Amino acid sequence: MEIEALKSISSQVRRDIIRMVTAVQSGHPGGSLGCADFLTCLFFDVMKLDPNDFKMDGVGEDLFFLSNGHISPVLYSVLAHRGYFDKSELATFRKLGSRLQGHPSTDKGLPGIRMASGSLGQGLSVGLGAAQAKKLNGDDRIIYTLHGDGELQEGQIWEAAMYAAGNKVDNIISTIDYNHKQIDGDIDDVLPLGDLRLKWQAFGWDVLEMDGHNHAEILSTLAKAKEMTGNGKPIMIIMTTAMGKGVDFMEGTHKWHGSPPSLEQEQIALGQLKETLGDY
Amino acid sequence: MENIEIIDQKDTRSGFGAGLAELGDTNPNVVGLCADLIGSLKMDAFKAAHPKRFFQTGIAEANMIGMAAGLTIGGKIPFTGTFANFSTGRVYDQIRQSVAYSNKNVKICASHAGLTLGEDGATHQILEDIGLMKMLPNMVVISPCDYNQTKAATIAIADYVGPVYLRFGRPKVPNFTAPDQKFVIGKADMLSEGTDVSIFATGHLVWKAIEAGRALVEKGISAEIINVHTIKPLDEKAVLDSVRKTKCVVTAEEHMMNGGLGDSIAQLLARKLPTPLEMVAVNDTFGQSGKGEELLTKYNINTPNIIAAAEKVIARK
Repeated sequence: MEIEALKSISSQVRRDIIRMVTAVQSGHPGGSLGCADFLTCLFFDVMKLDPNDFKMDGVGEDLFFLSNGHISPVLYSVLAHRGYFDKSELATFRKLGSRLQGHPSTDKGLPGIRMASGSLGQGLSVGLGAAQAKKLNGDDRIIYTLHGDGELQEGQIWEAAMYAAGNKVDNIISTIDYNHKQIDGDIDDVLPLGDLRLKWQAFGWDVLEMDGHNHAEILSTLAKAKEMTGNGKPIMIIMTTAMGKGVDFMEGTHKWHGSPPSLEQEQIALGQLKETLGDY
Repeated sequence: MENIEIIDQKDTRSGFGAGLAELGDTNPNVVGLCADLIGSLKMDAFKAAHPKRFFQTGIAEANMIGMAAGLTIGGKIPFTGTFANFSTGRVYDQIRQSVAYSNKNVKICASHAGLTLGEDGATHQILEDIGLMKMLPNMVVISPCDYNQTKAATIAIADYVGPVYLRFGRPKVPNFTAPDQKFVIGKADMLSEGTDVSIFATGHLVWKAIEAGRALVEKGISAEIINVHTIKPLDEKAVLDSVRKTKCVVTAEEHMMNGGLGDSIAQLLARKLPTPLEMVAVNDTFGQSGKGEELLTKYNINTPNIIAAAEKVIARK
């Protein structure tokens, strides 16, 4: 897909995020805005998907697992625009009876969601299991996972990291949303991660880095990652992003991790984000 | 009761291992995962026969549960194996989110449950696992009584679609149920009909209940012995039918009183048929090192405790 078309989708996704969290005065806009460009590229260009006929087992498709489930607004918006469900359903986000739960879930049958997430640190293990199932099934498609940087403080991530390299799980491409922020503040003030590249390399992963707001770079990095699959090593992409990207007063601060804008702030934010595909 | 005979002495974990090995040959979707306890869980035969369908995760139980959940996406039927403590308490949140809430077809198979693992002591003697698991929506909880039943249960749960917790143990115990039995999830087994008291037991305590029932006969008491191998869903009809007849109840289990089989039956009876009830279970304490039989006696869950509970509850009628 053309870069301009992807940028256009990302803008609409950001508008959806702002409107969804403002409408219910609840949710996590910061990380959602930060991952809008990445998820747009992944779902609209990179992954082989069948949105019109969602099947839980996903045989023959690439699969995506959102480990940092709190950024559900960005995933819901991308899924809707990709055709998994009608975008009008975005208006139900976090409301009673909605399939769009605060954190993604499978129990209400929302197409596109294969695993609940929200309690952090679990998605890499799930991705590894799905990756091993693909190998057993002779299915050569790829597993993608996304993780928050603060999420790497969970020990289970490193259990999974060790397993993946030790067992040559080479059909998985994971990405870290490296915005250096978590809910209590800067990561370096909460619990420093150290040198992420060296850590993942030491665990036996191939590591790539990219700018998470440069669509062309996202596409080229993911293409490179895809070429590296099947070589006996799992692949980690360290993606530099800004929390709150796209809205000037939200950008680069942890204060919007889990706080919605007011109605007035919403109007200011929407003024900075072009409506490209029509609001829900 | 008089026609129940001990076939041999076997550990229930070996029943699991035998069942899993059989499934390996009959169901190509069954896969095994283990967190560095292959020998203890008796998963060797499955691993040897199907190395590509077996995943050694190392001492990393959280990752094992997450991987099991992921393996279901693609149609696999994962059986995870580790000690009951590490199968439940250590990974509760992983089970809660990635297995139970996500309703994945994972079979969590747990050995060394209860006190009878013996000398390893309280760090390993989980007595809360049934409670932890039965509280989770979507989770089926099974606690078979002997080798043959554990093998049959292992094979049966592969055909059930959804999360299952299968609890078994370490020691060799009387193996007395039929080798060719058909295991029906949620259907309690009537072992011996009686009229004076209903004894509902699960796991290793089922044999103890049979021993107690025989001793009660000597005392002129007719005990009905029912093996409740499925804690959840509870066979409510079997419980209510028996209690309507006997009008008093003893429950027996190698588990904490809070959250166990007795707790489930007490809840049912309180709602539908209030009845005098005595629970033979561990009462709000941790275990300790010792031999299995010594521990059952020390914590008041051995055969004499079931006999005493029966006499006590009959007096309360």
